[in-house]
Amino acid sequence: MTSSLWVAKTGLDAQQTRLTVISNNLANTNTAGFKKSRAAFEDLLYQNVRQTGAQSSQQTQAAVGLELGTGARVVATERNFAQGNLLLTENPLDVAINGQGFFQILLPDGNLAYTRNGAFQLSSDGQVVTDSGYLLQPGISVPQEAQSLSIAADGTVSARLPGQAAPQVLGSLQIADFINPAGLQAMGENLFLESGASGPPQAGTPGLGGLGRLNQGSLESSNVNVVEELVNMIETQRAYELNSKAISTADQMLAYVNNNL
Amino acid sequence: MDRSLYVAMSGASQAWDAQTAISHNIANSATVGFKATLVEAASRQVNGPGLASRVHSVSQSPGFDSSGGHLMHTDRSLDIALGDDLWLGVLGQDGELAYTRAGDLQLNALGQLTTASGLAVSGEGGAIALPPFEAMEIGADGTISIVPQGGGANQLVVLDRLNVARFEAGSLERGADGLFRPAQGVEAQAEPGQVLISGALESSNVNLAQSLVQMIEQQRRFEFQIKAMQTADENAQRSAELMKLA
Repeated sequence: MTSSLWVAKTGLDAQQTRLTVISNNLANTNTAGFKKSRAAFEDLLYQNVRQTGAQSSQQTQAAVGLELGTGARVVATERNFAQGNLLLTENPLDVAINGQGFFQILLPDGNLAYTRNGAFQLSSDGQVVTDSGYLLQPGISVPQEAQSLSIAADGTVSARLPGQAAPQVLGSLQIADFINPAGLQAMGENLFLESGASGPPQAGTPGLGGLGRLNQGSLESSNVNVVEELVNMIETQRAYELNSKAISTADQMLAYVNNNL
Repeated sequence: MDRSLYVAMSGASQAWDAQTAISHNIANSATVGFKATLVEAASRQVNGPGLASRVHSVSQSPGFDSSGGHLMHTDRSLDIALGDDLWLGVLGQDGELAYTRAGDLQLNALGQLTTASGLAVSGEGGAIALPPFEAMEIGADGTISIVPQGGGANQLVVLDRLNVARFEAGSLERGADGLFRPAQGVEAQAEPGQVLISGALESSNVNLAQSLVQMIEQQRRFEFQIKAMQTADENAQRSAELMKLA
């Protein structure tokens, strides 16, 4: 009997989740390599209270039945891997991927994680690491006396050493791509993990086989569109208010019965 | 005992059903491609001795509002918005063809094109699977073309075409899973030519202002029915008093 209340409650829940997704996007407007998400809604099951086409007498059929829906739910949060803007930072250890692909990062537990955030640092022993100190894979070790570091579009890392005319090649960066990047599991710290939905990683040389090229001295900014998120936020708020209005109306109707009968 | 109590009760329960449907529509005001549920009241006369005043009210839903929602531009290559009266074929849980207007498509790990809830999208011959690709485009006529991995921009391959069919208003019925299926005797008409806009989504067609007004109307109707029940109750009390021995 209280169906109306519960249906409106599912709407409130769904809008609340959507607002969480929007807030997360807005909070990450300045996170390098961040990819925005979107809450995908679906209508819940329908109850067939009265079957359409049922016999209403021996000669006649009910032309219409009664199907009542049971609300909405968030079925997925879809991540949008569209390219963010490339920002020129002129920091030699900032690398942006222009196109598809992810940097491979070795986690402390030995698993690989993937990121679009190319803001790298050097560790105390000269290894290229992320802001959190996780090693970039394949590992690049920069000698202490290196005077300048350059990363080519195809991932070749070279450094100029004192007393040497030609730069010395230190190694080459590889990036990995997935058939379904939207299926990657986000683990925070700008990192993604391979999942059952993403498919296995396919690592390769940047610029070949559909992988993007590397841009040294720039970072990929977050792809969140602030105006779009604000519009979504307004829409979510109004929808939330109407759902709570539906709850209060159903409540008033029940209160009216209680008070007057 | 006066049967008017029961007549009023059927009116109140109809108003409550309608309120449930309105709540469902409001809850789905952000569901992509959602079509508002319609509910109406029908009269059902109960024959028998006495005055022919026992006409009960029953709820029935004449289906859904098939008008289009508005377009929301998302610039995501897997988002599509279909033209008027056009429906996208998907394979339901039972593997049978069903139709939807929700165009927020996804890829799964096998490269299959699916809906947001993971149902396979139907092409010209069943589910659509994409090989690894560099770029993908859904054309305005529903053709899916890709640049295969390692290929150049000049090596565009046309893979498949989305199964898009035209249904006139009223020829589809919504199933319990929220997917639409042709009514009895209706055949799907494959639609040639331009059928969709890619990079856009169709919003829910629920009109929130209208839903709010309907909600107020149903609430007041409900209260009138309760008032009638109250009156029937008072009448019964009075007649009970008459019967009391002084």
